[in-house]
Amino acid sequence: MSILVNKDTKVIVQGFTGKEGSFHAEQCLAYGTKIVGGVTPTKGGQEHLGKPVFNTVKQAIKATGATVSMIFVPPAFVADAVMEAAEAGIELAVIITEGAPVKDMQMAKAHATKHGMKTIGPNCPGIITAEECKIGIMPGMIFKKGNVGLISKSGTLTYEGANQVCKEGFGISTAVGIGGDPIIGLSYNQILPMFEADPDTHAIVMIGEIGGDLEIQAAKLIKEQITKPVVAFIAGQTAPKGKTMGHAGAIVSGSAGTAKEKMDALEAAGVKVVVSPADIGKAIAEVLSK
Amino acid sequence: MNIHEYQAKQIFKKYGVPAPKGIMVESVKEAVTAAEQLGGPIWVVKAQIHAGGRGLGGGVKLAKSLEEVEAFSKEILGMTLVTHQTGPEGKLVRKLYIEDGADIQSELYLSVVLDRASEMPLIMASTEGGMNIEDVAEKTPEKIVTIPVDPAIGFQSFHGRELAFGLGLTDIDEQKNIIKFAHKLFKLYMETDAEMIEINPLVKTAKGDFIALDGKMGFDNSALGRQPEIAAMRDITEEDADEREAAQYGLSYVALDGEIGCMVNGAGLAMGTMDTINYMGGTPANFLDVGGSANAETVAKGFEIILKNPKVKAIFVNIFGGIVRCDRIANGIIEATKITDVNVPVIVRLDGTNAPEAAKILKNANIHNLIVGNDLGDGAAKAVAAAKQA
Repeated sequence: MSILVNKDTKVIVQGFTGKEGSFHAEQCLAYGTKIVGGVTPTKGGQEHLGKPVFNTVKQAIKATGATVSMIFVPPAFVADAVMEAAEAGIELAVIITEGAPVKDMQMAKAHATKHGMKTIGPNCPGIITAEECKIGIMPGMIFKKGNVGLISKSGTLTYEGANQVCKEGFGISTAVGIGGDPIIGLSYNQILPMFEADPDTHAIVMIGEIGGDLEIQAAKLIKEQITKPVVAFIAGQTAPKGKTMGHAGAIVSGSAGTAKEKMDALEAAGVKVVVSPADIGKAIAEVLSK
Repeated sequence: MNIHEYQAKQIFKKYGVPAPKGIMVESVKEAVTAAEQLGGPIWVVKAQIHAGGRGLGGGVKLAKSLEEVEAFSKEILGMTLVTHQTGPEGKLVRKLYIEDGADIQSELYLSVVLDRASEMPLIMASTEGGMNIEDVAEKTPEKIVTIPVDPAIGFQSFHGRELAFGLGLTDIDEQKNIIKFAHKLFKLYMETDAEMIEINPLVKTAKGDFIALDGKMGFDNSALGRQPEIAAMRDITEEDADEREAAQYGLSYVALDGEIGCMVNGAGLAMGTMDTINYMGGTPANFLDVGGSANAETVAKGFEIILKNPKVKAIFVNIFGGIVRCDRIANGIIEATKITDVNVPVIVRLDGTNAPEAAKILKNANIHNLIVGNDLGDGAAKAVAAAKQA
């Protein structure tokens, strides 16, 4: 078991024949992801990476039965691609593209929600169910199969966390990179309950950062609903106020969104909070050997 | 991206959002001419910098004669203005805005920002204008009205009524005026891809009209490509020179106060690296995200920017190679040390794709001052130790 995606998940790629889309689709195929085709308007009927190309998402779904879309289109076309996927009946869109305008994402996410489509991202590394299905740009080889679920706003911290967990002799069930933009799709409060319900996930690593209050909301949910042990790290304890730290959403404004505020809330909810990301692996070993 | 008050007011004018007449000037002589043109009898001389709190810092003065306009312009132009938003180093005033004095009956607050919780734009208003809104939110939150507006339906009459009644306006003309004002402001917010608009104070005149006495705007950087008029308003003299230079090479850089320079891939890991250094008793000198496409050139540029800071006593390169291959990064570091004179210890931790090959490359290169970190914790500890020894 796992969450959201597994070895049977049928995936299409929007922006299939572009440079980024091609490169990463090829990596995903090599990992074993069941990519069944892709969409590039005007290139319908062609074949790419040995898979059929379609002009529209509707055609792609009809021909392949795909339920998930991996989106690699350029930033200005992300909203259009997401809304097309939603109306065509895709169940989950994983949006990798960085730099989509915030206003576009507001519209696109509202439309996705209206059509019952889940989204991950934008500006994220994607999702991986270890040794089964990788959708996105994560380096597959560091994710060994195991019973730790991972959810993170940051790509490289996802790799760092997963690597440590595996070096301690454990492994990953599913890892989800939710992205650090102001508007994102699935977040802690949707994914944590999925890990709680997944019998193959025994512990959860949660990686957050400064800005916004998603981690505070997560602390409330963990206190009420999550019985599995959670290890958390919040990046940006040393970040100054008023400066954006790389991610558009990573900014401390006023007194809200600080790392300390989030760490305190998580600690109070019974989460094992580590001060340095170098201690994520050890902390997982500790909670799982109890 | 942020813009100046005078630029925000140009945009206001285009959208019919009322604001006093004013002229931007860059010399004392121009200031006096502008004041003559505006006519008086009172003027406001305002420093134009990208920071709030200008009035308290002495950057906004009320002039009652042309002589006073001249005197205040002389005083403010070229001064280094320190406010709660500039940091202690302050900001050099290069431009002034000479503005007509306004008839002020009361001061209110009005802003439009993105509300991340509802994922919609939020209109925020208060009767407590002219004050720091964060203080109002903390001390008297009941005095702030918040109205989320679904962009799919836009600003409707009921939003306007919520605003007018929320501000306690009883006069029917005043109600109509504030609704009209907010409606235009919301349209402006949506059409310009603004991230935030703040008008503090929003002035109510004796006649019951509303006028934007101040105007602060920030825009979504990701949307500047489709907003050429807004993008042209960028004032690079307001930006940190090092941050700007870094951005040209695809590096995201923020200077800090400490001694250990950091070069990391990914924003989250970059912050996590700073936190780890701090946790181990060191102090980070900067945030630097080399991004996903780091190569010899960007790594060299990163070293150059980090080493401009004389406080730096050691550099910690922390790369977790995903798609990026560590052996390429290792070669990049070797190239970089040839191009740039790196005169402090460099601690390198490379993990992920092709890490063993990278370790071999670095070992064989035999670079003076280069120390290998085995993992994040080990690398950070070695960097902290190296900085302490220096």
